Amino acid sequence: MSVKLPIYFDHAATTPCDPRVVEAMLPYFTEKFGNPGSRNHSFGWESEEGVSLARRQCADLIGADDKEIIFTSGSTEANNLAIKGAAEMYQKAPAGSTGRGHIITVNIEHKAVLDPCKRLEKVGFDVTYLEPERDGLVTAKMVEDAIRDDTILVTIMWANNEIGTINEIPEIGKLCHDRGVVFHTDATQWVGKMPTDVKKDNIDLLSFSGHKMYGPKGVGALYVRRRKPRIRLVAQVEGGGQERGYRSGTLNVTGIVGLGKAAELCKQEMDTERERLLAMRRRLETRLTERLDHVVVNGHADKRLAHITNISFGFIEGESLMMAVKDISVSSGSACTSASLEPSYVLKGIGIGDDLAHSSLRMSLGRFTTDEEVDFAIDKISEAVVKLRELSPLYDMHKEGIDITKIQWQAH
Amino acid sequence: MAYGPKIIDHYENPRNVGSFGTQDEIKRRTDVGVGLVGAPECGDVMQLQIKVDDDGKIEDAKFKCFGCGSAIASSSVATEWLKGKSLDEGLEIRNTQIVEELSLPPVKIHCSVLAEDAIRGAIADYKKKNGMEVDAHEHDHAH
Repeated sequence: MSVKLPIYFDHAATTPCDPRVVEAMLPYFTEKFGNPGSRNHSFGWESEEGVSLARRQCADLIGADDKEIIFTSGSTEANNLAIKGAAEMYQKAPAGSTGRGHIITVNIEHKAVLDPCKRLEKVGFDVTYLEPERDGLVTAKMVEDAIRDDTILVTIMWANNEIGTINEIPEIGKLCHDRGVVFHTDATQWVGKMPTDVKKDNIDLLSFSGHKMYGPKGVGALYVRRRKPRIRLVAQVEGGGQERGYRSGTLNVTGIVGLGKAAELCKQEMDTERERLLAMRRRLETRLTERLDHVVVNGHADKRLAHITNISFGFIEGESLMMAVKDISVSSGSACTSASLEPSYVLKGIGIGDDLAHSSLRMSLGRFTTDEEVDFAIDKISEAVVKLRELSPLYDMHKEGIDITKIQWQAH
Repeated sequence: MAYGPKIIDHYENPRNVGSFGTQDEIKRRTDVGVGLVGAPECGDVMQLQIKVDDDGKIEDAKFKCFGCGSAIASSSVATEWLKGKSLDEGLEIRNTQIVEELSLPPVKIHCSVLAEDAIRGAIADYKKKNGMEVDAHEHDHAH
């Protein structure tokens, strides 16, 4: 079977909409276009029905109650609302003072968590950035060691977007509940792929996004626990008081309906899908490490999402590798393409040397990925690595037994 | 990054890839000059070698490069231009000429600077090995 090019191996960046999701959304653009806030006519009622169903579908996916789902524009907004909203609600001292409370997060979180934390740091909160080891794993023990009497919020992603490592979220949640600390998790890469039960997993606040789970872009949700403990937040977007006052603004009905449908499909299909993805990811990793020397699979060996792999190829540079495999859409550990010479802060954060961090590819598989595509990628990447190593002075030096870390480089 | 056709051509069919021997051998060869610039942690390492004949002409040039597509293309162009030139003519090659030749985007100008440094480094190395005077700016090029 021939493979249709280019191949999409960047599902951790975004996923295509499932056609069944698009189908569910369509009537809400043209026929059922009402504002769910219009309580006094049928246009409002039928769009409100669509939103209610979606709320139920989202709640079902994560084991929540309908009322605990707050629709947002995506995970970034959900993270901002959770982190800033909880910090302002549970602060120990008012705005304008210092010592307003302690927050724990991790240095390899997504920027949508790190930047709100940095903002809070500027306005009087203390933030601890945990530093995981090379496997990227955040354990309950690490959080326990960092918790202080004035800790008000812990925010830790469920699974990392670059390396796929799965953190000890239920255990961290338990610890937070025992210590009376609010616990938020950015579950953008997790929800829709792994079974989730916010009650059992001890989560207070959880963010997820439609476009990472075969739904549309521009829609996501924040789960806000209502019981044991009841979590309250200070709204960050004010106005008409929609979404229990937590997020004002006319609801994105089409998006929400799509998110709901996507959630329903993920719930039905995630178990079979995960097995299929894991088999493909393993083949990709095994074949590449068999065919090539100096290949390192980053992240935790077992505690890792089925669809994400991050591989470093020694002695070659990421952008040229991406050029060589231009038929395969992947993401580079190196940010060279965005005009910066800095390699990925996530890879650096887990202690991967600059040389290897520069030569990393993140490949993320998805619902529509085929075995043929995986095999094509294995061949293409192997060929490219061999070709680029023929070009690489570092590979020569390595083969001649020269330790490249000992050379006095003229850094620019 | 969207590259122009010349970069892609040099990247896909790099000219003069190689080396005139192992690191040990080229260190000892007096007819060969080596420029090694950049650093792995910056994502660019260029190794440019020139082979000089008895009349002081660069008869051959080779390169190896760890770096992005622009770095590979810049060093490939540099080796093409060096062949047949005298050492003094080689020193006249400027990074701006490489930028122009390849239509390098602004964020990739450092690749051409690296190539110019590698040329100067190789010529300086050859001169040093052969007891010739090296102009200060040849190996102490500021940018």
